[in-house]
Amino acid sequence: MTLKTHLLAGTAALLAMTGAAYAESHAMTEHPETGEKLATDQTFTYRVLDEFPSIDPNLIEDVEGSHIGRNLFEGLMNQDAKGDVVPGVATGYEVSEDGLTYTFTLRDDAKWSNGEPVVAGDFVYSWRRAADPATASEYQWYMGLMKLANIDEVIAGDKSPEELGVEAVDDHTLKVTLSQPLPYFPQMVTHTTTFPVPQATIEEHGDAWTQPGNMVSNGAYVLADRVPQEYITLQKNPEYWDAENVIIEEVTALVINDENQALTRYLAGEFDQTDVPAGQFPRLSQEYPEQAVSVPNLCSYYYNLNVSDSGPEALADPKVREALYLAIDRNVITENVLGGGQEPAYTLTHWATAGFEVPSIEVAEMSQQERNERAAQLMSEAGYGKDGEPLTLDILYNTSESHKQVATAISQMWKQTLGVETTLANMEWQTFLTERHEKNYEIARAGWCADYNEASSFLDIMQTESSYNDSGFSSEAYDKLMADATTAEDPLPLYTEAETILTAEFPILPIYHYATVFMMDENIKGYPLENAQDNWYAKDLYRVAGE
Amino acid sequence: MLNYVLRRVAIAIPTILLLVVISFVLMYSAPGGPFNSERPLPAQVMANIEARYGLDQPYWKQMFDYVWNVVVHFDFGPSFQYRDRTVNDVIAQGFPVTLTYGFWSFVVALVVGVSLGVAAAVRHNSWLDYLAVGISIGAQVLPNFVMAPILVLVFTLWLGWLPGGGWQGGQVEYIILPVIALSTSYMASIARITRSSMLEVLNAGFIRTARAKGLPTSRIIWKHALKPTMLPVLSYLGPAFVGMITGSVIIDVFFSTGGIGQFFVNSAFNRDYSVIMGITILVGVLTVTFNLVVDLLYAWIDPKIRY
Repeated sequence: MTLKTHLLAGTAALLAMTGAAYAESHAMTEHPETGEKLATDQTFTYRVLDEFPSIDPNLIEDVEGSHIGRNLFEGLMNQDAKGDVVPGVATGYEVSEDGLTYTFTLRDDAKWSNGEPVVAGDFVYSWRRAADPATASEYQWYMGLMKLANIDEVIAGDKSPEELGVEAVDDHTLKVTLSQPLPYFPQMVTHTTTFPVPQATIEEHGDAWTQPGNMVSNGAYVLADRVPQEYITLQKNPEYWDAENVIIEEVTALVINDENQALTRYLAGEFDQTDVPAGQFPRLSQEYPEQAVSVPNLCSYYYNLNVSDSGPEALADPKVREALYLAIDRNVITENVLGGGQEPAYTLTHWATAGFEVPSIEVAEMSQQERNERAAQLMSEAGYGKDGEPLTLDILYNTSESHKQVATAISQMWKQTLGVETTLANMEWQTFLTERHEKNYEIARAGWCADYNEASSFLDIMQTESSYNDSGFSSEAYDKLMADATTAEDPLPLYTEAETILTAEFPILPIYHYATVFMMDENIKGYPLENAQDNWYAKDLYRVAGE
Repeated sequence: MLNYVLRRVAIAIPTILLLVVISFVLMYSAPGGPFNSERPLPAQVMANIEARYGLDQPYWKQMFDYVWNVVVHFDFGPSFQYRDRTVNDVIAQGFPVTLTYGFWSFVVALVVGVSLGVAAAVRHNSWLDYLAVGISIGAQVLPNFVMAPILVLVFTLWLGWLPGGGWQGGQVEYIILPVIALSTSYMASIARITRSSMLEVLNAGFIRTARAKGLPTSRIIWKHALKPTMLPVLSYLGPAFVGMITGSVIIDVFFSTGGIGQFFVNSAFNRDYSVIMGITILVGVLTVTFNLVVDLLYAWIDPKIRY
């Protein structure tokens, strides 16, 4: 190197340093892409229902905790505004011919908040920790869903976590080995359980590593302050590799248990986002059209019919089950009872699921009157109801005003159309889960949310061995379809067929597909309204200057 | 006197132990558990978690270990729900909050309640009496779960004077609304008890004697009538005080204060066994203590009472 290049390099470095200092002291006034005028106050404050059981990525088990996890940490892949997979710590990946080996290339400028580089070994440590029985993570099962090689043996304690199918080839190359091909594997690494965690910090502080002052993270934000049951505050992480494009400086989640109280405080201007209490969306969207938002949410609401031996005799008859299925006027429920943008559901998988098309089935096209006529006919063929044997069924749901309203509406419909009497019973959550799982019920409410944005996340629950299959349904054909789908080039036809089995046997009665309804300050932009999993990243948000 | 105190403390210990045993039995007989979730965990995962928390041990051993740790190490164990906190942490964080607004609610309820009650009794059947009775009945029929939303609606949304919730380390503006919401119904009860007790006392012989001696009314009220009036009030104040400094679930939920009541209710729903036990024991000890304090105050107020 000549003297001249030395000098040039030196000047360039000096320029870069003053440039950085300049950017620091002059916050952005315009959005770099859209050119919108930005507000001087770049904070985002939102309400959460409850305290997070944990903010340790390997242990996070709830949706609200995972929002915090995604802002504090960054995994191999992120999701964009539509929920599609985009690079995170990894710049990309390669899949082997047989679909069993994924090789991720990590960016070389990713850093922890203490300045240390993020390396492949951090992911290896994290994944082993999540799977290790000693960690006792409830999300061990998620590592099982990822089909990592040897995962079941590691969870069972038969193999050591070191034998898990993940290894660091070098600092920037992570090799993952699966036990079976999983076409949606890259989607799965956008989940918090798979995010890297800082080994040195965890070894130094133990379980207390997630407390303010101890935590080291690699996401766009760092933990600034936390008072359990009150609030958690995150601040922009200057070490984040893409920090120069992060606009929101501070993110605060306020824990407010009561949703009506939260709404009043939102309307008083105390914070930027809160959920809309059940039934209030129509009023709010009229009064505040700019602020009331309804977006699809990948969850399905349905009733389990107990078709196992412990279920009532009448439900063993498919005609009775079909009649119950047909006689539910779903439009009344979505429009009059809920009124928050939910969609009537005739099949299980949520309509907004990526790469999925709701199968066109005959019943969905009929008018409710036609459905009711057919339902009444089926019920009389089965010998129950209006002109047959009287039938009384119990509907069990977990205590909640909105579940009660839905159950009341359905019981009216069944009574009018089919002459079937119902008794409603509600139970506190834990008791409800136990009773339903032990099949001490006749009809029980259920809701299922996708763990990843793919139809199998819904359809898997109806497999014979699924732990969420509380109806007692078992079909060899169904199980085979779901097994084949994991390796199929195009699994969609198999999923459609699986749905068809469900709408021929009726072990469950799909009722509606969820929507998330919330109020959000109209100056907050960049919220991923098209991401059906509601996986938002504060680094993509910004606040524009109000008029 | 000292003997009496010692005897009461000696009775308190088995009382608390009995409380622990009953709570333990009730807790474990409720369906579900701390790690039940919508999707039941694979058996192996569940076994790993239960092993970590000692839930795989027989019940009697779990209970014995628990009591041992509490008594010997003053350690209430880890929270099952919050991985990075122990029960001691939960109580250390939530109890000061509850204690603060509970104490101020108690002061407000006592001062305002007794004043209203005395005023009503002294001016019996006057407009002041009707006003005081009117206020206290009004306050009684507005329970705190109705008061709380109304206060937030008026003072936060309409007037914009006070924040609708939060604690922020206990700054004054965050304490005012919780204190009003919590103290109102207690204040009403105190006013009613004070009023009827005072009316009774004012008709007693020794008051007539005082009047006959020509003592000024204010002196009769404050010097002679108030002390005996407080006896029935006092028996109400003991449990009321414990109630205010421990069990303000509604206040915690509506004002997001982060107090102990919120943890208590959530722990019951989540089957967070160790937090349920920790707070139960805390409330139990406080109740026993303040019952004793009230009994000792009786002796101070009423010379007829001897221990």
